Amino acid sequence: MRGKCWKYGPDINTDLIIPARYLNTTDPQELAKHCMEDVDQTFPVKVGKGDIIVADKNFGCGSSREHAPIAIKASGVSCVIAKSFARIFYRNAFNVGLLVIVCPEAFQDIAEGDEVEVTAETGIIANITQGKSYTADPIPPFMQEILNHGGLMEYVAAKQSNPKGA
Amino acid sequence: MGMTITEKILAKHAGLPSVTPGQLIQSSVDIILANDITAPLAIEQFRSSGTKTVCDSNKVVLVADHFAPHKDILSAEQCRFVREFAHEQQLTHYYEGGEMGIEHALLPEKGIVKPGYVVIGADSHTCTYGALGAFATGVGSTDVAAAMVTGETWFRVPESIRFVFNGRLQPWVSGKDLILYTIGAIGVDGALYKAMEFTGEVMKYLTMADRFTITNMAIEAGAKSGIIVPDGVTKDYVQDKIATPDQIAYYSSDTDALYSDTIEYSVDQIEPQVAFPHSPENTRAISTVGSVPINQAVIGSCTNGRLEDLKIAAHVLKGKKTAPSVRLIIIPATPWIYQQAMRLGLFEIFMNAQAIISPPTCGPCLGGHMGILARGERAITTTNRNFVGRMGHPESEVYLANPAVAAASAVLGRIGSPQEIGVEEYS
Ligand code: SF4
Repeated sequence: MRGKCWKYGPDINTDLIIPARYLNTTDPQELAKHCMEDVDQTFPVKVGKGDIIVADKNFGCGSSREHAPIAIKASGVSCVIAKSFARIFYRNAFNVGLLVIVCPEAFQDIAEGDEVEVTAETGIIANITQGKSYTADPIPPFMQEILNHGGLMEYVAAKQSNPKGA
Repeated sequence: MGMTITEKILAKHAGLPSVTPGQLIQSSVDIILANDITAPLAIEQFRSSGTKTVCDSNKVVLVADHFAPHKDILSAEQCRFVREFAHEQQLTHYYEGGEMGIEHALLPEKGIVKPGYVVIGADSHTCTYGALGAFATGVGSTDVAAAMVTGETWFRVPESIRFVFNGRLQPWVSGKDLILYTIGAIGVDGALYKAMEFTGEVMKYLTMADRFTITNMAIEAGAKSGIIVPDGVTKDYVQDKIATPDQIAYYSSDTDALYSDTIEYSVDQIEPQVAFPHSPENTRAISTVGSVPINQAVIGSCTNGRLEDLKIAAHVLKGKKTAPSVRLIIIPATPWIYQQAMRLGLFEIFMNAQAIISPPTCGPCLGGHMGILARGERAITTTNRNFVGRMGHPESEVYLANPAVAAASAVLGRIGSPQEIGVEEYS
């Protein structure tokens, strides 16, 4: 996963990620059109495929709307790196297959516009622009298992058909 | 080693003798909740799993409260989608139209959530039910979908922080002020991933309405859940609402339970609080607010739309008129509350004060409808979030307060206290 970084401050809440006035649809492409617009009006236009959001503490706080990680994913973002995440958002991101990584060091260091490459399995974040790399907190094993199955519903389906094996 | 109430409830539902913070568990759930915004996604996910019927038609609860009565064609379509699913699955608890109330006020009122339950809901304020002594937490739509299939979910057992309120409550200080004060003190991520357990000698003076307000806003401190050990007040409340109250499992915390932190507040020093834009942690005591003119006041929501809240508002508004510059919108949270308020004559007081009475709905709380703010407008509200654009235009402002302060502010045309309009405390 490689892309350009867009950097944001602390406590970016789900109302900023996708305002409630757009929640009368579940269509990912419609949601993506308004992704982050209340914090950065140009985001839906400037974001490119593979790009990375880098944010300060408590990213995704507020409501439980899964529309938030869905909008981010549908806008082309490959990964969100933050100092910390709000718990419902963190859980939702895994469930919908959006990679989220906790790495305070990367947040401090990465500048907006940096080209960054993330390797999910190792947690290594390579800052191509600055020629540096950071190691993220490992993804909890259970979350890794959900990711390996391709999402929570797939994990549940596998467990339903094979209760002992999963 | 003793356990907290949260750990005991989770251990019981995981079928384990004990659990410790950090442990990952598979837990059975008693109630699985979603609303008109989050249920459509959950239903799509549920269908994608190939499962035909939900784990238990008594456990899955769907409430069409956010954009209801349907604010536009798209939300009408979403509600129809939810309604068809509810009928197909023959859900016992599906609420829309005239039976619908704001979910977190409705479920306790109908006795659907009981002490000792594990509740997950695709709504972040699911933590409200902690006031009953239940473990309740918000999750996303996919988590709800998975639980609709299996009747279970996974949790990481949270550490608990104990908040102890001691001293004497000052005039006009309510549950809302205690939780706003707490969030102001610890910040919006002050309890990230943790369970907030509220205790102390003050608790016994707080009504269930006050307690629901407190646990409702645990999420605003980043918490996974908020909880209050059931006491006589809880039992009286439950007795009234639940058909078989003798079968309820009441849990409490052991004296040697382990907390990640214990934080004590003396409430003698706590005044009514106002949270300034754009974060619930930007709290100030009412005496330090200064002159903040307002265009709108909202009294309602899952935080403060209960009968007790409306009674307090009516007490403040009696014989008064809202300032000409202010729209005062009052939203009884459920049809039962609406009817009681009507019978008690509160509507007469509200209408004489030139308030607008809305049907039960989330409405303006999340910027849905029924009171959206224009660019530059300012509102005082009894809701729980004052994020950028939460009630309308991204350049509008939302201030959070208790119902008495919101009502007094509507009269003053600026943020102020009931004392300023000469109202004696309600008792
Ligand atoms: S009243 Fe507001 S906070 Fe409560 S459930 Fe509705 S939108 Fe959410």
